[in-house]
Amino acid sequence: MSEPNTQAARAQMQVSDEVAIQISNMNKWYGQFHVLRDINLTVQRGERIVIAGPSGSGKSTMIRCINRLEEHQAGKIIVDGIELTSDLKNIDKVRSEVGMVFQHFNLFPHLTILENLTLAPIWVRKVPKREAEETAMYFLEKVKIPEQANKYPGQLSGGQQQRVAIARSLCMKPRIMLFDEPTSALDPEMIKEVLDTMIELAEEGMTMLCVTHEMGFAQAVANRVIFMADGQIVEQNNPHDFFNNPQSERTKQFLSQILGH
Amino acid sequence: MSNTSFVRNEMLPPAPPPVSQTGLVKWLRENLFAGPLNSALTVLGLGAAIWLIQAAAPWLLHSVWVADSQNECRAIVQERWGPDATGACWAIIRARWHQFLFGFYPMEEYWRLFVTFAGLLLAILPVLATSLPRKLLWGSVLYPLVAFWLLWGGSVWGPILTLAGFGLWAAVFLALQVRLGVVVAAGVGLIVAAVFWIYGVDPIETGLQSVLPFALPEVDSDQFGGFLLALVIGATAIVISLPLGILLALGRQSDMLIVKSLSVGFIEFIRGVPLITLLFTASLLLQYFLPSDTKFDLILRVVILVTFFSAAYIAEVIRGGLAALPRGQYEAADALGLDYWQAQRLIIMPQALKISIPGIVSTFIGLFKDTTLVAFVGLMDPLKGISTAVRADINWKGIYWEPYIFVAVIFFIFNFSMSRYSMYLERKLKRDHR
Ligand SMILES: Nc1ncnc2c1ncn2[C@@H]1O[C@H](COP(=O)(O)OP(=O)(O)OP(=O)(O)O)[C@@H](O)[C@H]1O
Ligand SMILES: [Mg+2]
Repeated sequence: MSEPNTQAARAQMQVSDEVAIQISNMNKWYGQFHVLRDINLTVQRGERIVIAGPSGSGKSTMIRCINRLEEHQAGKIIVDGIELTSDLKNIDKVRSEVGMVFQHFNLFPHLTILENLTLAPIWVRKVPKREAEETAMYFLEKVKIPEQANKYPGQLSGGQQQRVAIARSLCMKPRIMLFDEPTSALDPEMIKEVLDTMIELAEEGMTMLCVTHEMGFAQAVANRVIFMADGQIVEQNNPHDFFNNPQSERTKQFLSQILGH
Repeated sequence: MSNTSFVRNEMLPPAPPPVSQTGLVKWLRENLFAGPLNSALTVLGLGAAIWLIQAAAPWLLHSVWVADSQNECRAIVQERWGPDATGACWAIIRARWHQFLFGFYPMEEYWRLFVTFAGLLLAILPVLATSLPRKLLWGSVLYPLVAFWLLWGGSVWGPILTLAGFGLWAAVFLALQVRLGVVVAAGVGLIVAAVFWIYGVDPIETGLQSVLPFALPEVDSDQFGGFLLALVIGATAIVISLPLGILLALGRQSDMLIVKSLSVGFIEFIRGVPLITLLFTASLLLQYFLPSDTKFDLILRVVILVTFFSAAYIAEVIRGGLAALPRGQYEAADALGLDYWQAQRLIIMPQALKISIPGIVSTFIGLFKDTTLVAFVGLMDPLKGISTAVRADINWKGIYWEPYIFVAVIFFIFNFSMSRYSMYLERKLKRDHR
């Protein structure tokens, strides 16, 4: 791990004043269960945010609200200037601007890798097929598996599948990327190849929200770490201070558990 | 240390396995005599097979192919094989095969049936073989109307105007789709088209026919029978019930309460009553619901209800396929910005249908066999309708086995082909390599 301060400084440079995501007083319930409580979060364009917290604390639910895979019941979410309401047009607009990578990849098993990558650009963005394929190959090169283009997802390793999933999102040229535990389903030796891809993306200035337990990744690329517990944001800080000088008891307890000291 | 080290100086050549592990002996032991129970079952099975062959073989060996009546058949068998001999009388098939196949369709119009059947093969080819150019599918889509005209005859304007009704439906749908949404637009389109079909087609047809008279001699529905009837009902119901079943399965999962309740109600009602009840409904009740002067043929009514029947089953089979898909597939499609129908068409249905192939084909096979039930509303199905009609001839009065065997063999050929094709399709679509 390199010097955290210079990391943070470099990270800070790429952040602009433009607001990418604005969440204010957002609440969500599953039936009677109050799963997200009064969430307030402003994400600047170019920011890389890592979200951590114990299991069941609502991390997934929160980032899934950002592209409306889950519906919130109170408060406001504004993504790229578009407010998320039940208006289907706005939802589709937001979804095509926001890429999402899942824990279990969720590639389409009946389509080849190339078809997985070109499907949304062709049908949602109405890009001509030829052009969509060129873009797809560009991003496959970027995640370093262009030779797999004509295979089916089931023929790839987990790490390769997750990199395809990242490339599939990138083909839509999103302005924001959401990651929900992208490495939790992977064997240790494959985690690094996926993290490397994500670090590269961060260095290009992509706005990223990432739920992960990879604290090394958080220290290397995040410019903010958010700690959630019981459906609330308990603490947020830059990675250096978050890890070296946590304020709340919950955070200290959590860090001592996952860092093992 | 020295006694644990070992170096091989000479490599062993490969040796054949012991005799008891190869060839016929191994096969027999593993498959027929693996244990006392297995051996006993083998002996019993062999015994049953021998008994069956003994009972049926002489009858089959003594087949008579040329005769003018059952009595003549008997005389020939007794003359050749002795006074107690029995023999199959296939002469009835030779004399009446055309009735088993085509019912009482006028013989001088048989060419129309051959053209229709050849057309059917051509029309399903691009559907079955995905390597052919997709444009050929338009031919398959238009085929039913051509077939309808060829089979029933009459003015060529009838089918063309029917097609125009579909065009009207599509036009209304496209015009309203953006403003009203897919479901409502399709519903309004259907109503407009139905009004056109019921009230518009007849007068326009008469008008056009008087100006440009293109027509084939009309054949009445009463004259349809045998496998012609089974195929007309079976093929139409199969082709329409698949898309209808898909829509019902989606409707059942819909968030819209009305769509959902209508789908559930339809599926449960249709599955809850016997097909025969529906057929009686077709023959008796449907007339009351429609304007009395509409020419609403019995076969058409039966086709509609058989289609509904099969669509309800298909919907449930597809629901099973949908349930087998992980939620992640829907979420990934949503997250990429695909809308509902795109996600269904490109992601969900291709996978759900693939999982459902065995169930869908079973339903189709069942449906094709169930077409024989139309005998109960007085149509000439090949099994009961035609066999009875043939036996009404004094010459063939007491003949039972041969027509049934003949009909069974033809059904078997159709159904076995469907089953084989479905297995081929499953293998071809097996892509997930898991
Ligand atoms: N569809 C649902 N219906 C009811 N409760 C749900 C649903 N989805 C999640 N929950 C509950 O909401 C809470 C938050 O879930 P969420 O998946 O957001 O947690 P998480 O922080 O992502 O946990 P993990 O680290 O285990 O992924 C959990 O208590 C969970 O049981
Ligand atoms: Mg989670």
